[in-house]
Amino acid sequence: MNIGFQKIFSHLVPTVGLLGFISLWQFAAGFYPPVQLPGPLDVLRALRELMTDGVLFSHISISLYRFFSAYLLAVSIAIPLGLFLGSYITARRAMDPLLQVLRPISPIAWFPLAVLWFGIGNAPAIFIIFLSAFFPMLLATIDAVRQIPAIYLKVAANFGAGKMMVFLRVVIPAAFPGIMVGLHIAVGTAWIHLVAGEMLGAQSGLGYLIVDARNFLRTDWILAGMLVVGLLGLAIYRAMRQLEDLLKRRWGGV
Amino acid sequence: MGQQMTSGTMSLRGVAKYYRNPNGERMAALSPLDLDIAASEFVCLVGPSGCGKTTLINLLAGFDQPSCGSITIDGKPVTKPDSERIMIFQDYGLYPWKSALGNVMFALEAKGVAKSEAKATALHHLEIVGLKDSAERYPHQLSGGMKQRVAIARALAASPQVLFMDEPFAALDAFTRLRLQDELLRIWQEQQPTVVFVTHDLDEAIYLGSKVILMAPYPGRLRKIVDIQLPRPCDRTDSVFAAYRRELFREFQLVHEEAMDYAI
Repeated sequence: MNIGFQKIFSHLVPTVGLLGFISLWQFAAGFYPPVQLPGPLDVLRALRELMTDGVLFSHISISLYRFFSAYLLAVSIAIPLGLFLGSYITARRAMDPLLQVLRPISPIAWFPLAVLWFGIGNAPAIFIIFLSAFFPMLLATIDAVRQIPAIYLKVAANFGAGKMMVFLRVVIPAAFPGIMVGLHIAVGTAWIHLVAGEMLGAQSGLGYLIVDARNFLRTDWILAGMLVVGLLGLAIYRAMRQLEDLLKRRWGGV
Repeated sequence: MGQQMTSGTMSLRGVAKYYRNPNGERMAALSPLDLDIAASEFVCLVGPSGCGKTTLINLLAGFDQPSCGSITIDGKPVTKPDSERIMIFQDYGLYPWKSALGNVMFALEAKGVAKSEAKATALHHLEIVGLKDSAERYPHQLSGGMKQRVAIARALAASPQVLFMDEPFAALDAFTRLRLQDELLRIWQEQQPTVVFVTHDLDEAIYLGSKVILMAPYPGRLRKIVDIQLPRPCDRTDSVFAAYRRELFREFQLVHEEAMDYAI
């Protein structure tokens, strides 16, 4: 097998897999009424329908707004807190029981409280997304600081670097690859909980689009909404991956 | 440099380090010892594992505190690491997110030297170790020998009175190792710092050290101190070199036999 063919082959396999799935779907859809299982063509038609009057784009933009504001809020709290807790063992010990109890609670379980506290609208959804991103980021940052090789700190101490210099020029860059892992994981969990958060209390967004479509028995819209969620999630994940690779290369592959 | 000629004198009195093993018994990593190291001396600590050589160098560098006794350098007690005394590690301790130049500059910036001046000084020290052309390369783009050269340049940039070296060439291939030994000797002759060099290689110790201290394990202790009267750099095939080698190997053999008895 020559290299050119191998290249085509490696692209062909996933395409064939996807096409196979779509034709199976089309085949299966033939046995059910469209309300129960719309076929791929129905979903494409629904997608065009949603796109033409701009409804889809307004849902997408509000969802992206919630996602990014919650994500950035989580970054701005979890990373400084993680750097602090990673650096000070007493503070970490004090916070550990609380973190261990809060962490396994699904962000969805917070929903009743979120509505009580924040009403409906953007705030509860943002709160849920925030929670789902916060813990992976926090824990990854704490771990990243704790796993800084002792030799980095020994060297800094030996050369007489001040506390501020050690923190800014050694601790943060040394922990960076580990923090990046947390940011990466958090993108996934936050995007998953975006839909959940919007399904429960919002009046707009992709999650709302999906539940609202169910209320009207527009199964084709449900699947169109799901497809958009999947594709956008993939795009964000890919972008994150690119950023991570770029930074990793800069960091010398540690 | 004139000041460096007279400083870096170390004095140890009754220095020991104990630790508790898992059964709670007190074990000696280093049993009480007295030792004097003169300024600009090149001292090699050799011995099998468990002899306390790394413990001793960590105490001298201030990374660890002795359980009892006192360590003074130029009359001042050692309580913590100091930029006058730089440790060079086997695994280099370079920052992977900084270029070779950035790593050397770190030593200067830690002292509060302004960036532009730090850059010029760092380049000068990279030139001393023959790496001026690799200044912009990152540690992962450098070979082991080059990394250790960067670490040496970084240490020299702090213009320390003492260099502590903990098996610095142990991870390098044989040829790189021989070349770095010669470079280290040249730097030592030019700048005259006091050097304390830990190794488990007797040939390396004889080739480099003006004084070789043989240590023995269980408990870690000084076994024999040999002054090496050889020109620097010396001929490794010289008969005087061979005589020192024989003397130290014989002693080393005894240490090993005793250690075996202990283990049995």
